[in-house]
Amino acid sequence: MAENRARGPEVIFAGTNGGAVTELADYEAAGGLTALRRALTMTPDELIAELNTSGLRGRGGAFFPTGRKWSFVPKLDQIAKPHYLVVNADESEPGTFKDREILLRVPFRFLEGCLIAARGIESTNVFVYIRGEYEREFEVLVHALEQLRERDLLGGVTIVVHRGAGAYICGEETALLESLEGKRGQPRTKPPFPAIAGLYAAPTAVNNVESIATVPPILELGGAEYAKLGVENSTGTRVFSLSGNVARPGNHELPHGFPLRELIYDVGGGVPGGRKLKAVIPGGSSTPILTAAEVEQVTLDFDSITAAGSAIGSAAVIAIDDRACMVQLAIRVSQFYEHESCGKCTPCRVGTRWLTQILQKLEDGRGAYTDLDLLLDVGERINGTCLCPLGDSDAIAVASYVAKFRAEFLAHVEEGGCPFHGASSLEGILAPSDVPAAHGPAEIARPLEVVA
Amino acid sequence: MSTGLYDEIQKLRAEYPDERSAVMPALQLAQAEHGGWLPEEAFREVADALDTTPAYCHSIASFYDMFRLEPVGAFQLEVCTNISCALRGAQGVVDALVDELGISVGETTEDGAFTLRTVECLGGCGWATVVAVNNRHRLNVSAADVPTLVRELRHG
Repeated sequence: MAENRARGPEVIFAGTNGGAVTELADYEAAGGLTALRRALTMTPDELIAELNTSGLRGRGGAFFPTGRKWSFVPKLDQIAKPHYLVVNADESEPGTFKDREILLRVPFRFLEGCLIAARGIESTNVFVYIRGEYEREFEVLVHALEQLRERDLLGGVTIVVHRGAGAYICGEETALLESLEGKRGQPRTKPPFPAIAGLYAAPTAVNNVESIATVPPILELGGAEYAKLGVENSTGTRVFSLSGNVARPGNHELPHGFPLRELIYDVGGGVPGGRKLKAVIPGGSSTPILTAAEVEQVTLDFDSITAAGSAIGSAAVIAIDDRACMVQLAIRVSQFYEHESCGKCTPCRVGTRWLTQILQKLEDGRGAYTDLDLLLDVGERINGTCLCPLGDSDAIAVASYVAKFRAEFLAHVEEGGCPFHGASSLEGILAPSDVPAAHGPAEIARPLEVVA
Repeated sequence: MSTGLYDEIQKLRAEYPDERSAVMPALQLAQAEHGGWLPEEAFREVADALDTTPAYCHSIASFYDMFRLEPVGAFQLEVCTNISCALRGAQGVVDALVDELGISVGETTEDGAFTLRTVECLGGCGWATVVAVNNRHRLNVSAADVPTLVRELRHG
């Protein structure tokens, strides 16, 4: 295994020497497909046991144990429908760009993982749902798949790469299944869960790209050996997507438990221009923000980040320097969830819009002290009331900005507008241009009465 | 409809247990064939090829951002303005494109060469600002790069 600048072994990107392995011969020469050969000698239950031993937990954001997820899929003799493996490559959470690099640099490791995972759930049908914006990634993946097919290495498994068409909501697993069935991508009521009635109402496991790409190295190392990497409850490595105000943004595969401050200041080269770190979003835009002081205490694993009141999410770390206005940050995050709300559940469809409008009111100097409570109140009426957590993500993120940077929110009321006076790094933030003009920052009409 | 499109859609259809799953990929093919957007005719073509209705196809297209329901320029420029790009100057990139192209965000130049849009996260946060040119991502774009980018596209 290649050492990642003495910070621990790379597992997913092992054997790439910083580059890409897109030809099958190169992958095999570097020991590729040995995990698949081992898997073919194992029963599905043995594969699941190995995954459980490894402690692998889902890398898409929910951190659910992968082996357990597979174990929920009934055996073929229990439900005699075709079983499906669906891989979620709809990476769209702001800040997250790891799956893209995995697909570009280790497409064979990913496909090998698909074949092993399919065996784990007794499936011969794999669908990879890749976001439509990832055109080059799609081509690299299809090129790799064709090579496996030509060499007859798929072992009777069909793998279809299905392109999305621009909808963050399709990263939610039931919305993804709807979309894959050719419908609008709107989440389903659960239960039934996908393990029982997923794609085409048949037993289905939905796994993230990084989870699947981690399966071959687990079989190569053995689950117990893999579990020695990382820390308790967060075994193994993780591809952290580092972005924002750091000198060296990019993807970094590091063991779980790596100190957040070292990721930002050492691996990432710190905040450029002699500026100060103000805050960090540790796991994608859905996760609560951490202050610069909190960053000092946190390690990059489930337990540590959870104890700090946030979440490891998709491991997308966004560094924010002291030039950023937190109300503007909140507006742009809220605009995102408003834009991506599928519209099925009223609290999300309406609430995300209200959050944006209240925030815009504060930014424009039309806010009142009560608007801070109003933000939290609207958020509380979204949380837990919808079929999926999209609206909750907006509410939780915004509530964390208000809680951690309350003085700055209050200053917007006290000073009758933005205390940055046009000097914020986020000044002039732009919503997506397909939002209708009528959807602008109009005054909202007495939202509390409407809700009550 | 070109027999080419019909045949391509039948190939897609064979990939799925249910032909409805082929609607999205079929619309993608039809959009490419129609110059980057979906006129009414495209919905009829896809509906005919998949034994569904134009209305159903339209209901799918209208849900997803990448299906365009109005004519677009030869080059679609899409600038990510989500937080990681915004923290590193995406607003300046958009301003530079507005200046260079002489249009507002959301518009198409009169000669039909460029459409400018701002979009949600394109998944290139570590290489901000990301600008998609007909779905090919240009990475680490700064406002200063914009005149060269536009010239390069204009003159091939």
